[in-house]
Amino acid sequence: MICASIDKCLHGADGEFRLGAELEVAEGEFVALYGPSGVGKTTLLRCLAGLEQPERGLITVNGESWLDTAQGINLAPQLRRVGYMFQDYALFPNMTVRGNLEFALRPDANKKRVSELLDLMELGALQQRKPETLSGGQKQRVALARALASEPRMLLLDEPLSALDAEIRVRLQDEILRLQKHFGITAIIVSHDVGEVYKLAQRVMVMEAGTIVRQGTPTAVFCGGQTSGKFAFTGHILEIEAMDVLFSLTVLVGSQIVRVVASRDEVQQLQQGDRVMLVSKAFNPMVLKLAD
Amino acid sequence: MSHELGPLLLTFRLASVTTVILFCIGVPFAWWLANTRIRCKPAIEAMVSMPLVLPPSVLGFYLLLAFSPEHWFGQWLDRVAGLRLAFSFEGLVVASIIFSFPFLVHPVQAAFQSLPRSLHDAARVLGKSRWQIFFHVLLPNIKPALLSGTVLAFAHTVGEFGVVLMIGGNLPGQTRVASIAIYDEVESLNYAAANFYAGVLFVLSFLILLLVYVVNRRVPNGHG
Repeated sequence: MICASIDKCLHGADGEFRLGAELEVAEGEFVALYGPSGVGKTTLLRCLAGLEQPERGLITVNGESWLDTAQGINLAPQLRRVGYMFQDYALFPNMTVRGNLEFALRPDANKKRVSELLDLMELGALQQRKPETLSGGQKQRVALARALASEPRMLLLDEPLSALDAEIRVRLQDEILRLQKHFGITAIIVSHDVGEVYKLAQRVMVMEAGTIVRQGTPTAVFCGGQTSGKFAFTGHILEIEAMDVLFSLTVLVGSQIVRVVASRDEVQQLQQGDRVMLVSKAFNPMVLKLAD
Repeated sequence: MSHELGPLLLTFRLASVTTVILFCIGVPFAWWLANTRIRCKPAIEAMVSMPLVLPPSVLGFYLLLAFSPEHWFGQWLDRVAGLRLAFSFEGLVVASIIFSFPFLVHPVQAAFQSLPRSLHDAARVLGKSRWQIFFHVLLPNIKPALLSGTVLAFAHTVGEFGVVLMIGGNLPGQTRVASIAIYDEVESLNYAAANFYAGVLFVLSFLILLLVYVVNRRVPNGHG
């Protein structure tokens, strides 16, 4: 069980704001911190890892005090035993893939753990390569393996997949989920991708301007608690074209371009680049299975 | 011939000793400077860079005053360590370290600063101590800068003239380095000897720099 309450002054793009977040995470749970960039998600994660210190705060993990500013306790990041995946992977450029994992081992660890992880992540063929020769997805897998090599008590993932393209993302989400289950490890992921949160997390905390404003299961949080037959997608308007009395909107939904018809009233408040939700009320969509 | 080689050997002994000591002091100093947030950092950085802009004679003049047995610092050194730095090889080493300091510290500091912060953070989270991080993560990833800094400091010490002349004078075997010998030979119209020293310095300097560029091109930049 992780209990944390963090109070820290942050300097955002719109001036100073307070990061004031309280969270509880159960053993083995997978939790997502969701929200736009610049609301303090990463800082919260860094505070948990001990890489940043809040002005006031309290962190206890399974009864052990990691941070208690009132009593002057602040456990060094070296002693917290967390696995942290950085947005830029932070692989050590001077070491091979295997070297990165070996460096991460605890002094008393069994060296076999490296080979096990390399097998588990299917990195065996790459083990003598240097990070700079790897693709983004490969680096990400090495970073995940390295985070796990140190036998962490929790896994902190800071937008680990944001730099990757959609297809690799999905594969790596599966991988993260598989390993989290395999090791039964508590995990907290920072993400601003609804799909990712849905797929990985059992619980999502929505952050806005430094505070957690909502939390619950992804379904409860993103669908307002009720899944209806409604069909809804969010996307960005690429183009608005006038066609006789109606308008044609070209909308980018995920990686697909969709063309829909809109009335003059609807179009009036829209412009190119706006984020919109496409909702179909009356019709049930047809579901067709695709070949892999 | 041995008479002729003396100043050259002295030059390379001076440059080697200086570079080794400078490396041991300068690299940790550059690390500290890259990370410190103390208020007077600009003042410290300005001090480090002073030898780049000061005429060497100015530096040499003040060092000579400080090292002289008349001065409290010179007296203190003599009393505590038995060191007389004015007109001695040891004095040249001290002066050369000060004079070549920015040539090592600048590239190394810049390299430390350009390393992604996350490398350091990642190593901390993995339980590594400051020293483990310094030797296993930071230093190996700034190899090109370490090489350039070391070689520049070495080459600069080889080429130094003003400071050496001011505090070392021209004592054969003690302080008569090649650059001084050239000046001396030219003054006594002994152009052949001057040409010999000058030619050796010219060729060696070129080879040293060539080595840096060749090696730095081969070592893939660790943090690129």
